[in-house]
Amino acid sequence: MKIRTFLTVMSVVAAMFSFRISAFGQSKLNVIATTEDLASIAAEVGGDRITVESIAKGYQDPHFVEAKPSFILKLQKADILILVGRELEIGWLPVLINQSRNSKIQPGAAGYLDASIQAQILDVPGGQVTRAEGDVHPLGNPHYWMDPENGKIIAREIFDTLVKVRPNDRAYYEGRLNDFVSRLGAAEKRWLDMMAPYKGTKVVTYHRSFSNFAARFGLNVVGYVEPKPGIPPTPQHTLDLMNQMKRDGVKIVLVEPYFDTKTPNAIGRDTGAQVLVMPPSVGGTKDTTDYIKLFDSNINMLVAAIKKSSGK
Amino acid sequence: MRNRFPFVLLVFLLMTPALFAQAAAPQAADLAAIRSQIDTLRADYEKKIQDLQKQLDDIQARQASLTQAAPAAEPQAPVPAAASSITGGSVSAGKGFNPDISVIGDFIGTTGSNQVNPSPLFEMHESEVAFSAAVDPYAKADFFMSFGEEGVELEEGYITFPTLPGGLLAKVGKMRGAFGKVNTMHNHVMPWPDRPLVTTNLVGGEDGINDTGFSVARLIPNKYIFLEATGQAFRGNSGDNLYHSSQSSDLTYLGHLRGYHDITENTNLDLGFSFSHGHNATGVVNDVDFGRFTTQLYGGDATIRWKPLKRSVYHSFVGRSEFVWSKRDQPDGTQDAKGYFVSADYQLARRWYLGGRYDRSGRAGAATLVDKGQSLLLSFYPSEFSQIRTQYRRTDYADGPTANEFLFQFQFAIGAHGAHPF
Repeated sequence: MKIRTFLTVMSVVAAMFSFRISAFGQSKLNVIATTEDLASIAAEVGGDRITVESIAKGYQDPHFVEAKPSFILKLQKADILILVGRELEIGWLPVLINQSRNSKIQPGAAGYLDASIQAQILDVPGGQVTRAEGDVHPLGNPHYWMDPENGKIIAREIFDTLVKVRPNDRAYYEGRLNDFVSRLGAAEKRWLDMMAPYKGTKVVTYHRSFSNFAARFGLNVVGYVEPKPGIPPTPQHTLDLMNQMKRDGVKIVLVEPYFDTKTPNAIGRDTGAQVLVMPPSVGGTKDTTDYIKLFDSNINMLVAAIKKSSGK
Repeated sequence: MRNRFPFVLLVFLLMTPALFAQAAAPQAADLAAIRSQIDTLRADYEKKIQDLQKQLDDIQARQASLTQAAPAAEPQAPVPAAASSITGGSVSAGKGFNPDISVIGDFIGTTGSNQVNPSPLFEMHESEVAFSAAVDPYAKADFFMSFGEEGVELEEGYITFPTLPGGLLAKVGKMRGAFGKVNTMHNHVMPWPDRPLVTTNLVGGEDGINDTGFSVARLIPNKYIFLEATGQAFRGNSGDNLYHSSQSSDLTYLGHLRGYHDITENTNLDLGFSFSHGHNATGVVNDVDFGRFTTQLYGGDATIRWKPLKRSVYHSFVGRSEFVWSKRDQPDGTQDAKGYFVSADYQLARRWYLGGRYDRSGRAGAATLVDKGQSLLLSFYPSEFSQIRTQYRRTDYADGPTANEFLFQFQFAIGAHGAHPF
């Protein structure tokens, strides 16, 4: 009888103890983002209650990430997958999700977050899309994170998903979300003030990575080094572009870090424009270690370049 | 205007007591007449009021239903413009569930001399139509129809269950067997217009091990590398002469183990070991399998890839090799044939690739006959969706004159954006 009582008490204690472990020693949520931008925003909202890792590096063209099996292992253990969407990752993410053996991150599951759903998307083709226009994105320009207003929307979407998966941590995530949104808001005001005097400055970009950035900060993108999205520069197009730049007085060329600067440099020499290697992603250069620093670095570089060209 | 009439009546009736008060010494008859008049007026007015109330109720009900419907309609609002233009405002919303469709054309031209295995000068080698979509929350389906210049073949058609318990990935249907790398490749993802001699001689040629059955793959957890084991069982008919099933129990079994490791972020190594077993047709006489002969295939594959992430658009290198050992029982004894290929592809610029391949392989039915081949390739990709490729191929056949051929290939894809080959 005594032994039985002892065993009962012990099992109750053990049960309570294991409950305490599961309630308070809750493991961190494992978040995988497809890009470093989304990973950076997720880290802001999730703080030390999540671990976050990105698949693509910021200095890599996010269209052409390879579907390496090592990424399958990352996805297999993920609680949440955050993707850019708008078909940016179409060439590599579906195969990885398909092989992940992870029901939490399948499309439609609670841990699957397409961050583009509520964001403001530009360049959505109006009519029938055709690849005669190059590698166009039928669902609009996927580089939407380059607008801090969309950054706020993405942060809220990530917050919603984190709360859906871990409702008990709501207050913690909410505090971090509000802090991030207010810091980003203050920074955005500063950036807008810095850019205000140069509203309407004409620029040329290599790929259409800066549509949202240009719209927010008042740049006027008048041309692209690529004749069409995904098509490398041709001599005739480059010549036409240089003539147009001279006519319109374009003094800035923006190039993503993963594109060759040979053609942009030739354009720069011919037209007197400055060629800026401007990362459209966190981690694209050494200075751009998080989402706010990405804009800090880019706006500073841009303002300095505009001042230099107008000071001549 | 109609609605104002009862209102006027109402006002009039409210004023009637005042009117009566002003009337001087009314007669009894007059009184009765007036009373009947008032009664008819009241009946009229009550009917009008009732009508009015009914109208008001109707309007309120309609408004309530509208405000209830509005929030439900909102999430449907951001339908992409492209989708509506594609469906052309058609009546059936079911078109929204249409699978992703793509068509890939493969044109091959061949000049030069080859007396052993001649190819047509021009050939629309294959037109592959692919359909792909989610079946339901549990499964995905893929179909690949291969149209030749004459005839159609179901190249693959299977359902995939990606999230089974126990970390399994299961496929059911017709599929390319997971034997090595080349056997799993569709024509358009191969780095050459043709298939290596070892595939042609030992692994069933272009069709290869491609059969109906099921496949189960599991990741083997470990701290070091990606490790995946695949087991497959098929009906037992593959290739022209590879596997042949005379009885329903003559299944083809296939096992594959794949190990993968990132050496650096730019370089990775992919290794595989394969085994397959099935019955062959060498003992079949007049549709009766007297010999009950079998074929065992053992394979090893290695792929090394280099792609610097910062310049991934411009430069890359892939080195591949596959080794196959075929043990085939046949009436004259067991044939132990071995073969391999080694190939390398270097991306010179964003759209240019230079490649080479060395082939050496015995023949499955006659191991002492060893064919050798050398190829040099140059490919140009106008865009991600088309490619132009040339190949110089020299083949030393064991039983015929050496062939020197020049191949040119056009490949072009339309429709949904598929996965990039890896």
